[in-house]
Amino acid sequence: MTAIETQQGRAIRLAGISKHWGETTALSEISVEAPAGSFTALLGPSGCGKSTLLRIVAGLEEASGGQVLIGEEEVTGRPADKRDLSMVFQSYALFPHLSVAENIIFGLRTRRVARAERMARLAQVAELLGLAPYLDRKPGQLSGGQQQRVALGRAVISQRPVCLMDEPLSNLDAKLRQTMRTELRALQRELGFTMLYVTHDQVEAITMADQVVLMNAGRIEQVASPHDLYERPATIFAARFIGTPPMNILPQSALGETGARLAAELGGDLAFGMRPEALRPDPQGLLEMQVTGGEYLGADALVQGRIGGAEALMRVPGQALPEQGTALRVALAPQDLHLFDAGTGRRIDYPQPASPMARPGHPAGSSGAMSPLSNPKEP
Amino acid sequence: MRKREWIYGWLLILPALTLIFLFTHFPAVLTLLHSVFSTPRGRKAAHFVGPANYERMIHDPVFWKVLTNNLWYALGTIPVAIALALLMAVLVNRPFPGRALSRMAFFTPTILPLIAVANIWLFFYTPGFGLIDQILGLFGQGQTNLLGDPATALPALMVVAVWKEAGFFMIFYLAALQAIPPQLAEAARIEGAGRWTIFRRITFPLLMPTTLFVSINAVINSFRLVDHIFILTNGGPDNASSLLLFYIYETSFRYWDTAYGATLTVVLLALLCLLAIGQFFFFERKVHYK
Repeated sequence: MTAIETQQGRAIRLAGISKHWGETTALSEISVEAPAGSFTALLGPSGCGKSTLLRIVAGLEEASGGQVLIGEEEVTGRPADKRDLSMVFQSYALFPHLSVAENIIFGLRTRRVARAERMARLAQVAELLGLAPYLDRKPGQLSGGQQQRVALGRAVISQRPVCLMDEPLSNLDAKLRQTMRTELRALQRELGFTMLYVTHDQVEAITMADQVVLMNAGRIEQVASPHDLYERPATIFAARFIGTPPMNILPQSALGETGARLAAELGGDLAFGMRPEALRPDPQGLLEMQVTGGEYLGADALVQGRIGGAEALMRVPGQALPEQGTALRVALAPQDLHLFDAGTGRRIDYPQPASPMARPGHPAGSSGAMSPLSNPKEP
Repeated sequence: MRKREWIYGWLLILPALTLIFLFTHFPAVLTLLHSVFSTPRGRKAAHFVGPANYERMIHDPVFWKVLTNNLWYALGTIPVAIALALLMAVLVNRPFPGRALSRMAFFTPTILPLIAVANIWLFFYTPGFGLIDQILGLFGQGQTNLLGDPATALPALMVVAVWKEAGFFMIFYLAALQAIPPQLAEAARIEGAGRWTIFRRITFPLLMPTTLFVSINAVINSFRLVDHIFILTNGGPDNASSLLLFYIYETSFRYWDTAYGATLTVVLLALLCLLAIGQFFFFERKVHYK
């Protein structure tokens, strides 16, 4: 499809990276690896240190401690241009006084690549990104999406094994962002470089990445594939950060005796996590939800209510929005119940999800040997 | 309704218009008129003389002398002041301890009146016990009279002007430097550009609008700022350090030859207009506005 060489990506390994600004700690002991040729997203709320981490990898910021390795080579002390990587900035950082073509070949010029090769590579990149008609324009004459492509062009023309991106899509409108997500992912696959991608948008991370590094307050919360991040969040923070609307986290008291019994069995104070989309109304369900409101979203609807006194949300089909004030029986499949230590916020894995809950004595009674939270499947 | 708004609008700008016409346009037109009349003396009223004043000017060796002086003065001060301003701005744009103090120190000459600046420099230049001679004395040099020598009087004035102006231009460059997003330099760094390349290919081109603004101001100032001549040399020796505006002042208010003074003024204004327009054309292609 394109003549641009497919390059071998290089793995990025961070070992114990810390960053302090005077008294404040921006990053503490970050150790993580982005495998060669993978798409790794650094995800987290603003101020969690993900951009600082990226800048440390880029060599634009110096770490207070720890090591950066790219392709098993230690580069911690090397300047940015000796790390063999390219970067796309949130603001694109296009040079406003240079034409699109000059912007793209800027790096080739500074590295004194011969003119013939510069032009040949420019033509390939322009074709790859659909920029051919705009090469003579100034960045100011382009739309946001086109500027984004120019920034991408400047990053890929140098054929580096590693590409860093700092929230590259956050300045685009929603529709364009969706298109660019697909394009970026395809570009990365096609060219084969290792991508480290900073975003605060969980959708970007989940849809594009092979591996997501979820960060919070200068620490790593979880490193997992998008699937595992959603299915098996390691902490309450991870559970609440991924998924829209966020997972319901109910205190132990909200589940009454079942809660107390599980706590006694597993030890310590528990918190229960249930995704709004995992809950469903069921006359034989063992949870009771007091409906306090609802939000109609078209295809589906969100029911707001209380389970055992704690706020909770449930996603139901759009036409099934219950009346306010009604009390609903709600069921949940046992594998959809997440247990967390209420003190540390860490996930607790329990061996047999159904068994500890299928004991008599639950306030709502038991419907047999199955979990009280679920119902016997209809045949 | 439309008409009332119209009147209201004119009333609002009337005060500003009055001031501009009274003190800028009216005197300018009057100067043009005076330049084609003779100077009124005693009972002899001014009478129309046509281009006589301009003919006199063309044959006036002092006029050519001060004009040449002024061109050298402009050529000597403008590039140096701008280069120095840019250098100082780049220096104090970076974080380092004592940055605010350095910025203030560089800017101080701008706050001082030129008359006061000239008096300070008079102490520096004084033959025998001035600062310069004291330092030169350490190396066994004899007395120098920089202001009294026709060869050095003008350069001595130029040094004062550069010292006075560079700090002022620095402020504009500093503001412009801070308006350049730091990501541009970071992106260039990742693409392998060194400091000098970044300055040459990114920073300097992006400062072009400021350079245009500053250079037009510098040109105007090189014809406008003559206060220090009064203190330091009075135009001497033998008009070696006299500039056009200083000559206009002497002609008009010392020798009271107002018609000839008006003629010289018209030439000065025309020259400044030409230079400003010329600069706009010269810079047009090189300036990138956001």
